[in-house]
Amino acid sequence: MLAVAYWLHLKMMAASAFDGFFQIVWPLFFATAAFLLYQQSKDPHALVYAGLGSSVMGIWSVIATTASSLLQRERWTGTLELLVVAPTRFALVLVPITTAMATLGLYSMVATLVWGRVLFGISVPVVHPVLFGLAIVVSILSISLIGFLLSVVVVRYRTAWALGNLLEYPGWLICGFLVPLSLFPAWVGWVAYALPPTWGMQAIRDASSGGAAGLDLLMCLGLGLLYGALGALLSETVLRSARANATVSLT
Amino acid sequence: MSSVRVFFVGGLISFRALFSWLNPWIYVPAMLVAPIFQILLFAYIGRSAGVGSDSFFLIGNALQYSAIPCLFAMAQAIAGERYGHTLGIVMVTPARRLPLFLGRSLPVVVNGFVVSMFSLVAGALVLGVGIPGSAWLPLALVVAVAAASCTGFGLLNAALALRVREIAVMTNVLFGLLLVFCGVNVALDALPGWMAAVGRRLPLTHAIEAARGLAGGASLGDVSGLVGTELLVGAVYAALGVLLLGVLEVEGRRRATLEMQ
Repeated sequence: MLAVAYWLHLKMMAASAFDGFFQIVWPLFFATAAFLLYQQSKDPHALVYAGLGSSVMGIWSVIATTASSLLQRERWTGTLELLVVAPTRFALVLVPITTAMATLGLYSMVATLVWGRVLFGISVPVVHPVLFGLAIVVSILSISLIGFLLSVVVVRYRTAWALGNLLEYPGWLICGFLVPLSLFPAWVGWVAYALPPTWGMQAIRDASSGGAAGLDLLMCLGLGLLYGALGALLSETVLRSARANATVSLT
Repeated sequence: MSSVRVFFVGGLISFRALFSWLNPWIYVPAMLVAPIFQILLFAYIGRSAGVGSDSFFLIGNALQYSAIPCLFAMAQAIAGERYGHTLGIVMVTPARRLPLFLGRSLPVVVNGFVVSMFSLVAGALVLGVGIPGSAWLPLALVVAVAAASCTGFGLLNAALALRVREIAVMTNVLFGLLLVFCGVNVALDALPGWMAAVGRRLPLTHAIEAARGLAGGASLGDVSGLVGTELLVGAVYAALGVLLLGVLEVEGRRRATLEMQ
């Protein structure tokens, strides 16, 4: 059921060429600004750093901005009640949707890598291709599980899209996409290391440069599953509350 | 008298009715907190790359962020009417179009000014950027000019909303173009020539340069040329916007596409 739901949602989300174009183009503006900035440093390693980081930013963007308004969109289309009364756990309904969303971030990732290569001559080395691919898959899964938790947490917040948009910049800032964590105060590092994208980003960088990505990969997966479990627990509570208060279809 | 009422009263009512982001649950995260994170993001990228100063990124991004309220609110002036099924009603009124649409721009300029000034003050506090006390008043003037100029650009975007259904996406793309081309994070002389040339024809570019000059100790007189150019650029976009609104209104009536959702 998970696979079928994932595939159906992926096809539905990919149906709008305009949205797809935007998901590719939006992170490209920020990637371009970052490339132009790092280009001034005259350090080719800095450009590779920015190239890899920018490419993962899009996955975070898709999840931060869209997962937060996921349930609200189901409300608008009148399908939330149908999902709620489906004879399956609510978490199993939502996870395929957020996973499909994160998968769409792959478009953006590939586009950013191509953009960096063609316009800025950024050649990203991939020393461990298998590990590199695995790190991307695990990062997508973990980010989608954060998205799942986010979609559940903000279910009572009718303007959740604004919160989702707000989360985009902090994620870009502290997850090590474009700025090394060593530049931040120590407490920011603690917050960053509690988020799977930070570990996923490190794993992708390690797999690219030939470093040991195993621990980062495990931490990314473990934290993602933890957020997923938290989301599953919360979803039942939130659902009970919404049904008891008759707020399921409150728009 | 009717045109004056349409300009002031109609403009304010439309802004309050159509710009749903005035809800504090949206306004605070989208207008007050997000720009601070945009400033921090680029200031830290600059620190990481060893390029620019905090002041450079603070001013560039604080002024550029006025594009969010200015572009989105102007787009909503058309798209919001369409969504509420009132666009047809507005378009059949005998009200003159100039006060009708320019009146909708005035509250947008004020809001853009508030957002940019808040970002500038809060960003300076967070990053510990010291701007001379004497620079704040002329800075406020430049920020107001930037907001007005960007609203002129927004008027052109609003006109496109008569034909483009996904105007929110279009607006985000315009925001991204302003981010890359207007010398927000990379000085114009460090951009490739063609990008700098495009940037000089866009709103915000000259205002950002003027604001940086003021923060660096220049007087208002020193940057008056840049401020004048910024006003001119904004006025040209506003004029193009009004013109295009007229053309696309006629076209929309002819093709029956005004209320196409």
